[in-house]
Formats: sequence, structure tokens, C-alpha cells
Amino acid sequence: MLVPLSWLKEYVEIDIAPQELEKKLFSCGFEVEELTEVGKEINKVVVGLVEECEPIPETHLHVCKVNAGAHGTFQICCGADNVKAGGKFPVALVGATVYMTAKDHKTVEGTMTIKKGKLRGYESEGMLCSGVELGVSENMYPGAGYNGLLALPEDSEIGADVKPLLGLDDWIFDISITANRPDCQSILGIAREVAAVLDKDLKQPSMEYTETEAEKEGFSVTVDAPDLCPRYIGHYVYDVKIGESPLWMRRRLALAGQDAISNIVDITNYVLLEMGQPMHAFDCDYLEGNAINVRRAGEAEKLVTLDSQEYTLNTNNLVICDGVKPVALAGVMGGLNSEIRDTTTEVMFESAKFMRDNIRKTSRALGKRTDASARYEKGVDEYTTVQAMKRALHLIEELGCGKVSRTHVDVNTGNSVEPREMKVSVKKVNDVLGIDVPEKEILRIMANLKFAPVISGDELTLQVPPYREDMDSYPDVAEEVIRMYGYDHVIPAFMPDAKVTMGGLNQKQKKELKLKRALCSEGAYECIHYSFFSPSDLDLLRLPQDAPERNAIRILNPINEELSLMRTTLAASMLNAVSRNQKKGNLQGRLFEVGSIFIPKELPLKDYPDERDTLCIGIFGEKESFFTLKGLAEKVAETLFVDFTYEPVKKPFLHPYQGAAIFCEGEEIGYLGKAAYEVSESLDLRNDAYLLEIDLKALETKYDRKASFTPLPKFPEESRDLALVMDKKVTCGQVEELMKKSCSRIRSIKLFDVYEGEQIPEDKRSMAFTIDFVPGEEAFEQDSVERFVKKILKNLKNQLDIDLRS
Amino acid sequence: MNDRLAGIKQEILNGIDQHAGSRAAAFELRKQFLDSKTGKIGQLMKEMKSIAPEERAGFGKNINELKEWAQQRFSELDEKLKARELERRYESEKIDVTMPAQKAETGNLHPITQMRNQLIDVFAGMGFEIYEGTEIENDYYNFTALNTPKDHPARDMQDTFYLSPEFLLRTQTSAGQIHVMESKKPPIKILAPGKVFRSDDDATHSPMFFQMEGLVVDKKITLCDLKGMLDVFVRKIYGEDTTTRLRPSYFPFTEPSVEVDVSCFECGGKGCKLCKGTGWIELLGAGIVNKKVLENCGIDSEEYSGLAFGIGIDRTAMFKYGINNIKLLFESDLRVLRQINDN
Repeated sequence: MLVPLSWLKEYVEIDIAPQELEKKLFSCGFEVEELTEVGKEINKVVVGLVEECEPIPETHLHVCKVNAGAHGTFQICCGADNVKAGGKFPVALVGATVYMTAKDHKTVEGTMTIKKGKLRGYESEGMLCSGVELGVSENMYPGAGYNGLLALPEDSEIGADVKPLLGLDDWIFDISITANRPDCQSILGIAREVAAVLDKDLKQPSMEYTETEAEKEGFSVTVDAPDLCPRYIGHYVYDVKIGESPLWMRRRLALAGQDAISNIVDITNYVLLEMGQPMHAFDCDYLEGNAINVRRAGEAEKLVTLDSQEYTLNTNNLVICDGVKPVALAGVMGGLNSEIRDTTTEVMFESAKFMRDNIRKTSRALGKRTDASARYEKGVDEYTTVQAMKRALHLIEELGCGKVSRTHVDVNTGNSVEPREMKVSVKKVNDVLGIDVPEKEILRIMANLKFAPVISGDELTLQVPPYREDMDSYPDVAEEVIRMYGYDHVIPAFMPDAKVTMGGLNQKQKKELKLKRALCSEGAYECIHYSFFSPSDLDLLRLPQDAPERNAIRILNPINEELSLMRTTLAASMLNAVSRNQKKGNLQGRLFEVGSIFIPKELPLKDYPDERDTLCIGIFGEKESFFTLKGLAEKVAETLFVDFTYEPVKKPFLHPYQGAAIFCEGEEIGYLGKAAYEVSESLDLRNDAYLLEIDLKALETKYDRKASFTPLPKFPEESRDLALVMDKKVTCGQVEELMKKSCSRIRSIKLFDVYEGEQIPEDKRSMAFTIDFVPGEEAFEQDSVERFVKKILKNLKNQLDIDLRS
Repeated sequence: MNDRLAGIKQEILNGIDQHAGSRAAAFELRKQFLDSKTGKIGQLMKEMKSIAPEERAGFGKNINELKEWAQQRFSELDEKLKARELERRYESEKIDVTMPAQKAETGNLHPITQMRNQLIDVFAGMGFEIYEGTEIENDYYNFTALNTPKDHPARDMQDTFYLSPEFLLRTQTSAGQIHVMESKKPPIKILAPGKVFRSDDDATHSPMFFQMEGLVVDKKITLCDLKGMLDVFVRKIYGEDTTTRLRPSYFPFTEPSVEVDVSCFECGGKGCKLCKGTGWIELLGAGIVNKKVLENCGIDSEEYSGLAFGIGIDRTAMFKYGINNIKLLFESDLRVLRQINDN
């Protein structure tokens, strides 16, 4: 919110520098986002008296002798049509900065520094300036809008800086207001805080006015929706003369970022800025039925607002109607049909409280935000609603732009606008802060904030101003006290009365970190991807229409379609990451992510979905293969202290013959494999990618195995190498499994050679294994290992038709 | 006879001079003289018989002396050749030690995980447990129970992704507070780190980012405890000389609410580009848990009070590591991931 210093000074004496005030506001909870001097770009421009002024032949230029007082007298060439001897104008001395304008002399195109120059052979030492060149508009200084020199009053002191004269020495505070302080969304609201923090008195704006005997006969206000409009005040003003507002008002509006329109409209805007109460003025000529009715809009009811936009409304929207039709969208914008025109002579002023939530909803639903709706959305209090009407009527009188009738209609639900009493314990206030603020200070602070405090024993009695709806109980009082007393009074402590608690990671969190570290040690880098992905990612994975992964939770209001679904697999994000890396020239790498996938129980969502912690690994580059990836899978198993088994699997995004499902204790918990070539192609991959996904949540119940020690064998182990010949369809896994089943004394089986070729039949393959046998309680007998081997070979022959290679 | 001995001696010296190229040749040469059966010195021994008995002793002594002398020479020769051979071998294995090392690459945890672990370490030492909530939250836990009912203006501070009228992507890890307070009785000290989501996507905002919520509920928890705890925290993360500053702010679920600034760790508070000349960097939001929030969770606000804080993990990581663009954190570019090794 823009707060001009000069306007603020209307209500409170400020005897410190703007920068100092900024700090004070900051420390009591109002962050000044920007502090700017109005004329910050203007320097070394002073009042100059044109003593001589001679035309330069055959040009529109004049050569002038300009007296700039103590700065000297200069020869300056000037092209403006209103330059004349005896006139006083702003003169930019050599070295001054002013705004640079385009050829139209109106459009500002940055700033410039004045240098000595020569025009048509005449020396020119400086520049006489227009309003635009000094950043001054007609609303800030009379005559400043003229397309020529800005004429200064005759009594201006020659050589004096023009900035104070033109109001360019003013400052604008852009203050951000927190959501709990809607009462500070106004110049007066900020002034209240400034007065409190500076220990100064607050000067209330005048609200005096005199009603005439005139009345608007039979006029009525009815509120059909008191739940959305607890207070509606209407006041009839007549003999209205539409015209321009006085300079002081136009100037303040301009500094606060509001264009001046006409006196009546300007008054509503002025009161909005000054007091934070949105107001509206209806042209009575266009109000049918001599009535105002506040009601919910009908289904599909239409209204054209002031900005000529048509809206189709529904029963969630509140409208202000005359006796017949809607004339305003309550709290947001007036209707075009009843707007103030140059011909307006009778006005119905509105000051109302509309409920915050309803205005917010309407504003959101229609995508329409105005200064009024912004105030209502944060909350407007009824006290201000009442005060604002008085202020507006005072301004009508002050500006002399209309007569205040005695027709004043106040429809309300009986809410008090008086201060309410609140009692809190001083001890509790101090207990929140952890320090003992002296009673004297508490009294001073709360008095400055207009809470009329009284302390009796431990009891602090406050009269809460009606605009402080945020004040509820002792923590609120604690906050008021400490923000004014100063947070630097808070002394660091360390929970002296708290119980000792055991901290740290739980078992699952430790395991997850261990897993991540293990993967790092294997050269993999952790990635984090968005929890959402794109419908096109599901197509990238070539998933059929009925694939469970397609049953993803949709974001109702996504940023875009690309980020519209909650992930049901981490594979797509990983493949995209691999692709991005390859495009950036990283042709080799290992990536992993641990993240959640989201499995809905039903759609649309009525319950928490299943969020499953999942591991995804993506590796790529010439050194990688299915088996290097399988090595990482084994690393995962080893780290989590579980065993994995593998079976060939087909997945639409995997190579049909280089994909495996991963099992743990008989449960399928993931897959690994080479990305299908169709996938690599759509991602423009230069090097193939290998992909793994493991459901970590499913493993959680399996990895709580305790580390334990098995005594070392007392007797020597024995090992045998077996070269076997089998059908090509038989897998290594099958052979190993059968061997293990055949003999309980096998400690490990290692494949050390695979052969296909001339030495064996064409449809056969040879695999050679080293089998380690471990003895039990007793040493192996002479022939026991031979008996084991015999049994193994027998089973292999009978069940898988495997022969010993000759 | 003695002439013959002198001749052999000379022969050996010549042989060593001429044949000392390799250990193998030297060995052959040695054999010629010292082999017990065929060596020239051995042969001389055989001639003992033909020598007059009175000369034998002298002759035998001379031969033995010659033998010892020859052995000495050959072993010296062998030492010399061995040394020379080793030297050649070393030379042949000469490498350029400035050539690149061969090592298996070690990966890194994500910068956010690294930062998260460091934060957790500090607070775990103070007795905080880690609570990981869900990314998809019920409106009640994310807002209403945190004193932010529907259409509360504070909801404007956060643009929310909705999944259904009731469910949304959590906008703040504060949602975890409620779950914990509903299921645990004080004393409570938890940290809730995790992903949060807001409908914001521009140069400085990512629709997903990371926060970490801290919550303490116990008897007599005050603003002083908040300040004391955060002072310890910033000293551990940013160095012993770091200080904090509290200033008023507003969050619906804390009262009073504060914004916590930390003295600039780049310039030490003198004012620099990083802190925009103010000497302070905005670190986190915090406050005393609003008693309505405690009451919403069935905790007696007369007996207990609490403090809460919420810190941006990615923001903290970006400051610490000098990462200038939040988007870089989620693009998985190996050139970025390889750089941050603060595991």
C-alpha cells in the first residue's frame, strides 16, 4: 500500500527522517517494501527569473538571460512558447538531472543530465523546464500539465530549490500489511501506528457536517442477506455539481497511485485510501423504484460493471439492486447503469460492511480484483463503515460539491461499534514472552495504541478499539506489547522447564539415508523431481489405457497440463532427466531418486491416497549394461539386508528380453531393465538407459532383520566346478535354485563361464559354476561331496534335462 | 703352478670386464671357474694328487684363496648387475604422475538432502524427532486446524493446488504439527521436513519446494526459548559469530508471530550484495503456537505452550552453496549435482 509522507503528516507529527520512520515501522511489524522520494530523479533544479528574452531569427527558439540567484546568471536557449521576460520558471543548472521526454514533450523516456551546449550558434548553460520534465502532473501542481514551461508563482524565491515548491521533496512508503491487520489498510490506520510508535498524538480527520431539511421521500433500503451484509448505510446527497476536485485532493490521490476522476468519485476513492472503507456513489436518476435492496444474485443474473464488462452471476454473489435491477456487484465494483456522470445531480452514497469471505469468493470466481474487493477480502470493520460515511459527507461540504440531506438509512444487525472490554492476566502476557515487561511500559504501550489500559493487581483491563477485531486474548496482547517494547528485549533461553526428549532419526529414516549413501558410493547422484508429471509421460512409457499407472490423481488447478498429474511411477521423470543430461552433453551417469508415488483408493479423492516411498535408478553410458544395473539392485538388497530374486518380465517401456521383475520374500517389489528402443527414440537418447524401480514401502516390513553372527565353520569347506549343458530356454536362476534345493550344504554358487558355439549343439548353452559346500557339525566324509554332486546332477537331469559337459 | 693361478685370476678379471653385460652371462662365466665339477678352479683341485706332498698344503691354500677371491668378485659383479637391472626395470616403468587418476566415481546426495541432514543433525542433538507427513493433505490439517478457515485472508499468502474439494497438496509442513499433536502428548519436540507445493512458477519460484517445520510443546515455553533455540541453530549452521533478530510478523497458527533474520554470513552484518546492504538475511518464520491450534488438537493451553518455526530447506541450501536459481535443484543436471559435496 502506498502511503505518502505528506498525507501521513496530516494526522501525526513526524519529526524524524523518512529512513528513520521506515526502521520504526519495520520493528513494529510493518515492512516498508520500498521507500522512494517523489522527486528522486530531479536534482539541481532551482527557481529562475528570465531577465531578458530575445527570439532567435528564423527559429521558434528564444535566447534568454536567466537569473538563478546565488547560482549565477546564465544564457539559456529555450523553445517553449510561454517563455517570457519577467517570468519565473524552473531552471535545470548544468549538471542537473531531469526527465527526458520524447518529441511529443509528454512521454518520459528516462532521465538526462544537463550539459553546456550550443543551439544555432548560441551558448546555452542550462534548461528551462516543463512539468513533465520534472515529473510533476497537473494533479500535483497547477499549470504543470501545460505543454511548455511550468510557470512558477511571482513570489517564488529566485535560486531556491524547486523540489519543496513542487512537492517533489515528498516520500512514498510502500508498506506491506499482514493479513491480521486489515485496520492498517489505510493512511489513517498507518498513522495510528506511527503515532503509537513515536509517542505522538493522533489528529482525527474532520467528520463534521450539517444535514439540511431536505429528504428523499419514500426512499428505502432493505437487506435480504444480512449474513453477507451486516451493515448498510445509505445517505442521500443532492444539488450535486460534478467538477474537478481541489488540487490538494488530486495531489494526494496521485501520490497514492489513484487517478482523479471527478469530485464525487474522488471523494469515494479518497475515503477508501484515507480510512480503508470502500464507498460507492450511485446516480439517483438511474435508481429505479426509489429503493436499494441488498440480496444474493439470481441464478444466471447478469450485470455490466463500470468497466463495461458483463458478468453472469449466481446465488453466491451479492448484488446491490435498486427497486428493479442490480446496480452494483457488492464490494467489488459498481454497475455501469448507475455510474456518476457529468450530468449527475443527486447521489446515493453507500458505506457498507460486506462479509470478507463472500467478497473473496466472488472476486476469485469472477477473476475480478479491485481496490474495494482487496479491502473487503481482508476485512472491514463496522466502526470504520460508520465513520467513513461521516467523513465522506464532511468532504461533500468541504468541497462544496453537493448538499447533505437528512435522508440517512442505516440497516444493521445490531453489532456494536463501541470499544469492547477485555481482561487479561499480566502474568500470562509475560509468560508468553518469557520476560517481565514493566507495568509502566505495558500501560504506556497499550495507551498509545488506544486501548485505555488499567492494571489492578494482575488484571489488565483494556478497551479494545472497535477496529481491532484481531484482538482476542492474552497472546494478542503479548504481541502488541513486545512489538512496541522491542524484540531486542527478548533474552535467549533454552527451555529450562522442558522435559528431556530423545531425538534423531527412526529406523526407517536411518535405512533410507543409508540406502542413499550406499548408492552414492556406487557413483550415483541423488535427484529430486516434481511430485507431479504430465499425461504425456504416461504415453512416453507406452502404458496401455487400462494400466494402473494411468489411474493418477489430477490436480484441479494445475499450473499447466505438463504438471497436472500426481506421479504413479518415478520412471518417466527419471527418463526425462536422463534425456536432459544427454542433451547437455553428459553421456554417462548414474542417477537415483527416492520419492513418493500416489495411489488413489478412489477418484475423485475422498480419502488420503497411498503414498508409497519408491526408489528409482536411471543409468546410462557405454559402461552400463543390464548387469551393472543389477549390481545396483544387489547393492540395495545388501544395504537393506534383504534378498532379491529376479524373473524375466515384459513391460511396455522395457526391452522385451532385458527386463526383470524383482522379488523379495516372494512378493514382487519392483523391476529393472533396459529402456525400450521406442522410449529411447522418443527421448532422442544417444546412449541407452537402464531403469530400476523398487517399492521401498513394501520392503519396510522386510528389512527389520537383526544383524547377527553365525559361527565360522569348524571344518574345511570344499568346492567343485561343474560345467553344464542345457537348453537355451533354461535360465541361470532356475539352475541355481534347483541346485540349492538339491543340497542343504551349499553355501554359494557362482557362475563363472557361459558358452554357446561349435563345441555343443546349436540349441544348447553351457554354463559353468563353482559350488562351495560348507560342512555342518562334523567334517565331510571322504565321499560326501561326491554324493552331493551326484544328487545335484541327477535332479538337474530329471527336472531341467541338463547334462554334465563332456 | 702359481703362474697358472695368476693366469686364471687374470682370465677372471678379463671375463668380468668383457662379459659383465647381464646376470645370465655373469652366471655362465662364474660357472666356468667356480662350478664344483667343471669349473677351472675345481679342475685345479683335481691336480692336487700330482703335486709333491710337501707343496700340497701351500698349493691348496693358494687355490682356496683364489676361490674365495673369485667368489668375492663374482658376488660383487652380481650385486652390481642386479642393481643395474633393477635400475633399468625402474626406468622402463617410468610414468607421468601428473596423468589423471583412476577411480570409481562417488555420487553425492542431493544438495537439499545434504542441507536437510545438516539441519536435522543440529535439532536431533536438541532432542527433536523427525516426522514425515504426507504430501497430499486434508484441507483441515493444512489450513483449518492451523487457524486458517476457508476463505481466511491468510490463505491468499499461499496459492494452493487442490485435488478435490477436501484434499490438496500441502502448502506448508506446518500441517504435520496437527497430526503430531493429535497423536502425541507433550513433551513434544519434532521436526517435519518435506516437499511443499504452491501454484507459483517463475524465475524465483518453483511449484514444489522444501520446508522444515519445528514444533516444541511443553510447559512454560516462551519467546525467549524460541530465540535461544534459534541462536544455537544459526551458530551451528552459519558459524559462532552469527546472531538472530526477531521482528513482528503474522501467521495464523502462531501468536505472537515473528520473522527471524540472521546476521549476514557473507559480510558479517556490514552490508553487502547478498543481504542487499541491510546486514540481515531473512531466515525463517516462527512464533508461539496459537492457543487455538493447541485447543484444536486437544492440548490444554492453560497447562502447555509451544513454539513453532518453519524454514525453507532449499532456500537455506541455495544461500549456503551459492546456487542462484531454484530450478537448477530439480533439473538433475549432473554438472550441478557433481559440484555440491557437503555430505
